[in-house]
Amino acid sequence: MSTAAKRPGLLARVVRRPSGAAAIGWLVLLTAATAGASFTAPRGPLEQDLGHVLAGPSGGHLLGTDNLGRDLLSRLLFGGRSTLLAVAESLLVYLVIGTVLGLASGYLGGWVDWLVTRTADLMFALPGIIIVLVVLSVFPGNLHAAMITFGVLGSPGLIRILRSQTLGIREELYVAAAKVAGLTRSQILRRHVLPRMTSMVIVQAALFSAIVVTIQAGLGFLGLGAQPPDPSWGGLVADASQNIDRDPWMLVPAGIPLVITVIALGLLGDAIRDAAIEGWSVSKMAAPPGRTVPAPRSAEDAVAPVEGSIEPDARALLSVRNLSVEIGGIPVVQGVSFDVMAGETLGVVGESGCGKSVTALGVLGLVPGGGRVAGGQVVFDGVDLAGSPAELARVRGSGIAYVSQEPMVALDPTFPVGRQLAEAVRRHSRADRRTTRAAAHRRVIELLTMVNIPDPEAVAGRYPHQLSGGMAQRVAIALALAGDPKLLIADEPTTALDVTVQAEILTLLRGLQAETGMAVLIVTHDWGVVADLCHRSVVMYAGQVVEQADVESMFTLPLHPYTAGLLAANPHLAGGGEPLPTIPGTVPAPRDWPQGCRFAARCSRVTDACAAAPVALTRPVPDRLTRCVHSQQLLVEGTPR
Amino acid sequence: MAIFRLVIRRLLSSTPLLFMVSALTFVLVSLVPGDPARTIVGQHATEEQYRTVRGQLGLDEPLPVQYWHWLVRVFHGDLASSLFSGEPVTSVLNNRLPVSISLIVAGTVVSGILGVALGLLSARRGGFLVRIVDGLSLIGLAVPAFWLALVLIAVLAVQLRWFPVTGYVPFADDPAQWARSLVLPVMSLSVGAVAIIAKQTRDSVLDTSTRDFIRVMQANGFSPRSILYRHVLRNAALPVVTVLGVVLVSLLSAAVFVETVFAMPGLGSLTQQATIQHDIPLIQGAVLYITVLVVLVNLLVDLAYGRLDPRVRAA
Repeated sequence: MSTAAKRPGLLARVVRRPSGAAAIGWLVLLTAATAGASFTAPRGPLEQDLGHVLAGPSGGHLLGTDNLGRDLLSRLLFGGRSTLLAVAESLLVYLVIGTVLGLASGYLGGWVDWLVTRTADLMFALPGIIIVLVVLSVFPGNLHAAMITFGVLGSPGLIRILRSQTLGIREELYVAAAKVAGLTRSQILRRHVLPRMTSMVIVQAALFSAIVVTIQAGLGFLGLGAQPPDPSWGGLVADASQNIDRDPWMLVPAGIPLVITVIALGLLGDAIRDAAIEGWSVSKMAAPPGRTVPAPRSAEDAVAPVEGSIEPDARALLSVRNLSVEIGGIPVVQGVSFDVMAGETLGVVGESGCGKSVTALGVLGLVPGGGRVAGGQVVFDGVDLAGSPAELARVRGSGIAYVSQEPMVALDPTFPVGRQLAEAVRRHSRADRRTTRAAAHRRVIELLTMVNIPDPEAVAGRYPHQLSGGMAQRVAIALALAGDPKLLIADEPTTALDVTVQAEILTLLRGLQAETGMAVLIVTHDWGVVADLCHRSVVMYAGQVVEQADVESMFTLPLHPYTAGLLAANPHLAGGGEPLPTIPGTVPAPRDWPQGCRFAARCSRVTDACAAAPVALTRPVPDRLTRCVHSQQLLVEGTPR
Repeated sequence: MAIFRLVIRRLLSSTPLLFMVSALTFVLVSLVPGDPARTIVGQHATEEQYRTVRGQLGLDEPLPVQYWHWLVRVFHGDLASSLFSGEPVTSVLNNRLPVSISLIVAGTVVSGILGVALGLLSARRGGFLVRIVDGLSLIGLAVPAFWLALVLIAVLAVQLRWFPVTGYVPFADDPAQWARSLVLPVMSLSVGAVAIIAKQTRDSVLDTSTRDFIRVMQANGFSPRSILYRHVLRNAALPVVTVLGVVLVSLLSAAVFVETVFAMPGLGSLTQQATIQHDIPLIQGAVLYITVLVVLVNLLVDLAYGRLDPRVRAA
């Protein structure tokens, strides 16, 4: 209880927002003024002032008068009573049916859930006002029946939301119970689950009330609400419509309060939702004691100069220097440099979250998640692509092509694959516009044949969902080949596939490379792929290159403990009969990167020197780079494998 | 043939809706206070006369049997006669139908085109267009169609005299006047719909733009125009079509008010008059017509969905 008391309550958080305060202010004022209309209204609702008929605002009549000289402000206040009553009736029915059926449906599941969901779906499809009109034709003038009906018709909205919430919370309860030690299940329910549900129900109630206010006024306008001479908001609009050519002013007092009330309810709903979200995130984001989150540092601080490789290599097909990528202002890749020679295959290795894919996409200038290339050079064929949209547009597809990780989502699901391939072919063909449909089709079939698709004509006519994962990946590779690229970037092209299919795709890539002479940059976490395909490999950890070497040297003598750990954890290379060694711990998130060696926390060789300062890439032997303070020692003694 | 199967399956799956609505109205109508047989035979009839009339009307049978008989008559195109005018309900409704269809189709076309265009632009440009969409949706939510219609009449018809105040000119009489008479009703009907569709289009386009296949196309050098207008738009259209269906159904509701304001002789204003006159057979017929319209709208949405998404077609 004490922790709950420290945080401001939901109401306090709502009122702190200007829109929330204004909405609550208007609604409270309106409710008080209409409920106490006998005291607040300047005149009686039926009192006529025949000297002032259809008058504009004046001292005597603040909002003017209607065609019988009745004071509009007074009629508004008295008329508001029926609105209040209508909202109360509808809302009660809506809340009772919505919560009971929503909770029951989500919690009980089974046939209850089936029945409730089906019925709710059916009711959702109905035009509600029509059903209300039927009720009113059967029970003439009975607004109570109409508003109760409307409450029933609205409840499916609440049922759906509460049902999915309950389903979610049922799962979450176990997680929460396991995590929050020392809290009983009922405490969790009371402290975490119910408040969230309650605020959600209040939001929905506010939005539903807004609809009820409109509908009640609408019924009044149609002549189905309070009967004249009794005032109602909808009736006032109807009166105004009778005098629209003589006194359009009357529309203003008749409609504006209605509009403001509906806006206030809508704003209230938004404010409650925002306040509630703020409430949860405050409790979630609070850092546990004893652990500080270091502020992200700029690239310069953390990246030590890399000896001898500052300038791009003119002989390389692709030469990346000091590439830095930020997502949401946080650096996720820092100072990455590597070269890919023409016809060569370079592997980029590391665990998930080390920045491999972001680096690969960064080369193409396509950082996901709204990120951007923050610095560095990407020189392809002698031209720096970084920060040059025009050069990037020229190179993509025809110079550098790209194959992604998940073949099943790499193709547009709404077009046959042949048409997507044809689009790529036409885009990249030298003849450009003159490439006829038939020529493009021939090239599509040729591409599909190149990637060993058995029946290319038939496959060209299929949609992506009609292909297997392996077939889809072959098509994706064919798409990448359409522009005769000099470099293919393949982002874990086999990860999502079955083992046998993986082998086929690797064989295909090797064959294509021999055939076309293109270079391949392959991102992977599988040493088997590296051994199979690559000439050299780059190991990345926490956004940095930690080691770079030719594949054979790296396999026989890794010069970074992380590389050694990854190799030891590889099922293909481990000795039989022994349990597979693993690297303890996980890759730190970008905002948690330490000042010194980023691998230190997981390293068996860690010493004080590791954490002291950023570790620079060094070249302990020719053509090899490593980012470890113990590299000389590793070189001398070799790494136990 | 896949399309044909889809139509059949969708029609079958919408039967529960028709069934539920007709049963619901039937039960409601049976709750009407008073006994029609007693009304017909009058106060002084003998018990036997009363029973005979009751039998003729089928009122001595249990409710489900009465409902069954009613259903059979409906299937034969017999919706009884209006209590007020004595005309057969079907002919009254058939006369009114084209007016409502004009209004709703025009409203859907206008709000569909404007909504998608506005949504696409605000997704691409952001900035003030986003605020326009937000402002429109606030108006769409907060300003009731009937009041907006009256304000439009007061300004554009009464003051500026650009459009007729009320009334409806059939297309066959004068296409130009027909279009003129539809402008204000369609405007009042569409403001909210434009906002809803624009919002959905914006969200959907932004969401689709981050999907894998779009990145693959960008990486492999597809033209940005083709990516946006062929691939993003087509995939983003799926949720928009769903929302369009919901909007169409809500236009059916709003038409009750708009037709009444503009004195258009459509289904909506008919329902309002029938409600005031307690013309039960007419109400029953109107509800049935409107429910069939809802079913047809849902069918159209499903067909459009199948057209856009090959996975639905195959399923």
